[in-house]
Amino acid sequence: MKKIMSGNEAIARGAWEAGCTFAAAYPGTPSTEILENMAQYKEIYSEWSPNEKVAVEVACGASIAGARALCAMKHVGLNVAADPLFTIAYEGANGGLVIVSADDPGMHSSQNEQDNRLYAPHAKVAMIEPSDSQECKEYIKYAFEISEKYDTPVLFRITTRIAHSKGVVELSERQEVGFKEYEKNVAKYVMIPGHARVKHVEVEERLKRLKELSNNTPLNRIEWGDKRIGIVTSGVSYQYAKEVFGDNASYLKIGFSYPLPDDLIRKFAAEVEKLYVIEENEPYLENYIKAMGISCIGKDIIPICGELNPDIIKTAFFGKQEKDKYKLNVAVPSRPPVLCPGCPHRGIFYAVSKYKDIVATGDIGCYTLGMMPPLNVTDTVICMGAGISAAIGFEKVYKMANRKGKIFGFVGDSTFFHSGITGLIDAVYNQSPIVAVILDNSITAMTGHQENPGTGKTLMGEITQVVDIYSIVKAVGVKEENIRVVDPYDLKATEEAVRDAYNATEPFVIITKQPCALIKEVQKKRAGKYLVINQDKCVKCKACLRTGCPAISIRDGKVVIDKNMCNACSVCQQVCKFDAIEKGGNF
Amino acid sequence: MVKSILFVGVGGQGIILASKILTEGLLKFGYDVKMSEVHGMAQRGGSVTTQVRFGDKVYSPLIGEGEADVVVSFEKVEAARWINYLKKDGKLIVNDYEIFSLPVLIGKENYPTNIEEELEKSGVNFKLFNAAKIAEEIGNIKTQNMVILGALVKSLGLENLDWEGVIKEVLPEKLVDINTKAFKYGLSI
Ligand SMILES: Cc1ncc(C[n+]2csc(CCOP(=O)(O)OP(=O)(O)O)c2C)c(N)n1
Ligand code: SF4
Ligand code: SF4
Repeated sequence: MKKIMSGNEAIARGAWEAGCTFAAAYPGTPSTEILENMAQYKEIYSEWSPNEKVAVEVACGASIAGARALCAMKHVGLNVAADPLFTIAYEGANGGLVIVSADDPGMHSSQNEQDNRLYAPHAKVAMIEPSDSQECKEYIKYAFEISEKYDTPVLFRITTRIAHSKGVVELSERQEVGFKEYEKNVAKYVMIPGHARVKHVEVEERLKRLKELSNNTPLNRIEWGDKRIGIVTSGVSYQYAKEVFGDNASYLKIGFSYPLPDDLIRKFAAEVEKLYVIEENEPYLENYIKAMGISCIGKDIIPICGELNPDIIKTAFFGKQEKDKYKLNVAVPSRPPVLCPGCPHRGIFYAVSKYKDIVATGDIGCYTLGMMPPLNVTDTVICMGAGISAAIGFEKVYKMANRKGKIFGFVGDSTFFHSGITGLIDAVYNQSPIVAVILDNSITAMTGHQENPGTGKTLMGEITQVVDIYSIVKAVGVKEENIRVVDPYDLKATEEAVRDAYNATEPFVIITKQPCALIKEVQKKRAGKYLVINQDKCVKCKACLRTGCPAISIRDGKVVIDKNMCNACSVCQQVCKFDAIEKGGNF
Repeated sequence: MVKSILFVGVGGQGIILASKILTEGLLKFGYDVKMSEVHGMAQRGGSVTTQVRFGDKVYSPLIGEGEADVVVSFEKVEAARWINYLKKDGKLIVNDYEIFSLPVLIGKENYPTNIEEELEKSGVNFKLFNAAKIAEEIGNIKTQNMVILGALVKSLGLENLDWEGVIKEVLPEKLVDINTKAFKYGLSI
């Protein structure tokens, strides 16, 4: 049977067909839907782990115990999980172990553009790169086999256009492989220096055997066409190259991309007139080929920065061609992303925006948008967790430099569980009077609304114990009198908490508690409710516009609320000094 | 022959569902299909695109500038933002529906009023209609995506295929009737 599937759906399907029984991940665009799809298969235990390091360790434990296990993450997630990766590389696998890294060339929704292919030689693990959905499904099965046969974790590297592009996939049946026996084997699974020294030698031997495989696997193949142009390529770049050159070039398509196939590369290079490498971001293939002493053209003409597409390749090879296209004489306004109408993050940012000497170290999630006008609160965003920890560094330097100001660090609930807790421990341990604001909207919203340890539900839909943020904050040592739990829809209470926090001399925590406005239950509860602006009372002071709610606008000179967008959170109502905003709809 | 269709609009308008129904249908009717979506930040009220390419054999899931056979715009100004992707003598389908972005809402930027006039002037082959209003009259503003899909299928000349069957397969039962109605209306535009 044929089905249209995204790369992510196909990876989940392939893992299921391969008899995989175990999957763990922390969400992150563009990898999130892999686990969401894994959870649809009843034969597979699937979990959201609190972060990527935990996910890889959980999957690694499952593999050693004998299951075929998969974990998935976005590219930056592999940085968090790099520690276990480098040592699992020594321990190898029992049940097949596949780690999916979803990179984001072009940074559609990421803070950097790192190319995780470089992890494979660094960690000394095998790497596979599919170039469409069908290959995602087939190659994942191959990855599990290789992992077991060669006793290695396999890095399965995709990119946004593989993860989120859909293509036709031919489905097959599941092959049950059960669980392998676990036998205690400390030389293999206890990495003390004495064992690791032996293992490192074995890993180098393993790489030699894997290179042999790389030269012979069907995943690396030559497609002969016109031999005047020879193109070495992998991943989605292969599709772009085919789109541009069709049969007017020969291709060495690399699907098994670490170790690389020396013999095949030599053979291909010898038979083509001119050798090119077409790859996104880093010159991973190019540097390798050049180090073999073979000359080729790559990053001289193909850019390192940004996502590739067929047009960029055409320009690189044939020069810029003026295309026949339409141009309108229209001033198109920008359309940046914004916090939703009724977003629970709005109230606290609005309250903080009143203080001009607050530095706000932000973090990654919907609340990153606290940086946008008209709120303009956030000063820094680095990586998950840094919302709290960077605040500490700021605070210490502000004190040493005798600067006036208060440092607020912002993290979401999911981010707090991911890597905010350790920062908070640092604030208490090293007595840094920062204010940590934990924005608890009871969901991991940015990545498309996943459950997390605070929501009381698992990925597989089971009801579970809620990990309570307040108890954690107290347990790490923040004094009870320095903790405020507020409803961010209650502006007065929120402003009071911000004032107390601003004046505090010890580590302080504000927890804002109100579920994301897009959660189904919330939407149901507030369906049909909205506020209206009484035009007789409105003096057009525009105070409500400064909340940045996209439901409020000026139309034909009047300040109005779009009743289809408003969800009656009442924040604008509390901002209005003239009582001009009133209830409408079915309250 | 590969045909390329670019869907553009604003997060939450049902673009992804419309392109899903289209691609499921194209597969069923024997085409090779690729579709590419952008997730993430863009969904918080940002500009959203989906690209669909179909034919005998499709390699790249991406459409280049000046290469879309049809640009389908779910929002008026988005048509102007993406017009450079339309092939010369390609077709533009525009929902006559305005969604103000935040800079427009707070008065920092203006929503242009000359879009239709400029389209006429530039000789673009376009169809402009208010799918939101049509959908509201049919009974649910959320079906505006199906009205637009209907108009697209018509302009592709694929209206004789069994799209109702596809809608039945993709949508939950209780939504099938109203969406089919909206789709059929779109075919008549
Ligand atoms: C290491 C790492 N993993 C995953 C991501 C992807 N990511 C960005 S924001 C986010 C979750 C944010 O959730 P939360 O903190 O609850 O904030 P919300 O979006 O709900 O406001 C995730 C998983 C990332 N940027 N970095
Ligand atoms: S999805 Fe939820 S948390 Fe994110 S901006 Fe919208 S309301 Fe806020
Ligand atoms: S009540 Fe006001 S702030 Fe809240 S969603 Fe409605 S218009 Fe926006």
